[in-house]
Amino acid sequence: MLEEILVAGFGGQGVLLTGHLLAYAGMLENREVAWIPSYGAEMRGGTAHCTTIISDEEIFSPVVEQFSSALIFNRPSLHKFEKRIKPGGLLLFNSSLIREYPQRSDIRLFPVPANELAARAGLDRAANMVMLGGFLEATGLLSPDSVIKALEKVISPHRRHTLPANRQAMLEGSRAVRTIARQCKAG
Amino acid sequence: MKVLMKGNEALAEAAVRAGCRYFFGYPITPQTEISEYLARRLPGAGGVFLQAESEVAAINMVYGAAGAGARVMTSSSGPGISLKQEGISYIAGAELPCVIVNIMRGGPGLGGIQPSQSDYFQATRGGGHGDYRLPVLAPSNVQELVDLTCLAFDLADEYRTPVLILGDGILGQMMEAVELPPVRAAAPEKTWATTGCRGRAKNVITSFFMDAADLERHNLRLQEKYRAISAREARGESYLTGDAGVLVVAFGSTARIAKAAVRAARAEGIAAGLFRPVTLWPFPAELLNRAALQAGAVLTVEMNYGQMVEDVRLALDCRLPVHFYGRGGGMVPGVGEIFREIVKLGGETRERCRVKPA
Repeated sequence: MLEEILVAGFGGQGVLLTGHLLAYAGMLENREVAWIPSYGAEMRGGTAHCTTIISDEEIFSPVVEQFSSALIFNRPSLHKFEKRIKPGGLLLFNSSLIREYPQRSDIRLFPVPANELAARAGLDRAANMVMLGGFLEATGLLSPDSVIKALEKVISPHRRHTLPANRQAMLEGSRAVRTIARQCKAG
Repeated sequence: MKVLMKGNEALAEAAVRAGCRYFFGYPITPQTEISEYLARRLPGAGGVFLQAESEVAAINMVYGAAGAGARVMTSSSGPGISLKQEGISYIAGAELPCVIVNIMRGGPGLGGIQPSQSDYFQATRGGGHGDYRLPVLAPSNVQELVDLTCLAFDLADEYRTPVLILGDGILGQMMEAVELPPVRAAAPEKTWATTGCRGRAKNVITSFFMDAADLERHNLRLQEKYRAISAREARGESYLTGDAGVLVVAFGSTARIAKAAVRAARAEGIAAGLFRPVTLWPFPAELLNRAALQAGAVLTVEMNYGQMVEDVRLALDCRLPVHFYGRGGGMVPGVGEIFREIVKLGGETRERCRVKPA
């Protein structure tokens, strides 16, 4: 098993944290993990992305040309990265901010209204956790509990009170993906 | 228990655990997290973190602390390491132990901030003036950033020499799971250190010898030390080299990308292998020759325009064709690019490179 996951969006959307949590949860489940950020003169509101690799074997290249999955949080990132998803791969995109439908027909597509669902979970900032919950539902890659454990480790003490809402946001994401999957089966 | 850490932070924590209590530096991307981490960590460990007014000041503070017998470190990226060269030459001349970290970015000049390996020449050919050598360690994952940092402090003390850790922006910025070493007991006492001479003979630390005969003697002693380091400390790693017809040679994070390309080539039936120098000086010439025993062609891959390839050619004594593939300026070679280069060579020397059926 080798999963090479892209997370991309605006700075401030929790893009880097999302990849970090995936890597951390992977480590908690005894997988090999690597997290590689884009780094540069980037700031809140600019674009940000990172790659998380989760594998059963030693991770060789930290540089990924084609991703097995992508979590895309905004429109510029969709344009930049849509082509770099492997055929048969998975694209989960934030349909609250991306009003157009991706062009690719050879990958699995999951539109997730992450901002709306985060608001419903009571924490506007947790759109990334909605995406993460949806991604785990779609792939079964890691247990959501591992991600929550990871979040408990990395969250700053003064934000601990947001843990329940973060958990709720993940549940909203996984419910949204379940619904899409059911519709696909039915349709 | 493993922890998930950024390369720069893991290196910094390893330094503290190896007994480093003094850090003098000046920020520069992509290594600033080392400073940031130690600014938080060192005061609580009874140490000193100091952001100097310049790289030149920082390296001279390292000179002073090393002379007083402390385990001391500085870090920078290419442009800052260039500024430190005068101090490094002095420290090497005065035979003082310290650890210098270069997390490389694209050059020359101010260059850019993306990963590169274009400081290989600077690292292995002296950089500063005079006949000196530095052990240069080239980690290729976050665990090695930790392990080689500990080794760097030990080598520095053992041979009384500055040791350089040569990483790049990918390694510094990426996170991997690492096993941190236990905290070391205090380093052995340094009887040569200038710690105040009341009740004992004076210790003198200098790189200045007015008399040419004295300076020659000093240089001969340095050369003897460098010969000892060359004989004992060369390190490298081989991957699938036993029957490799095409041998790829790469270091640092490029070696990981090359390793994936070698695996892909194997899947296509091409007998490729990888040799990764872990020490760039001393260059592991013997180990490379052993890895190249079955090779018909060698491919050196670097994030520069051909620097280590010179050492590869020297080590192989021109017995084999040594090809080169590189990207520079902060661009990172992809697995596919390296794979295609391997396939080209695999085609040229097809007979020797094909895996024989079992």
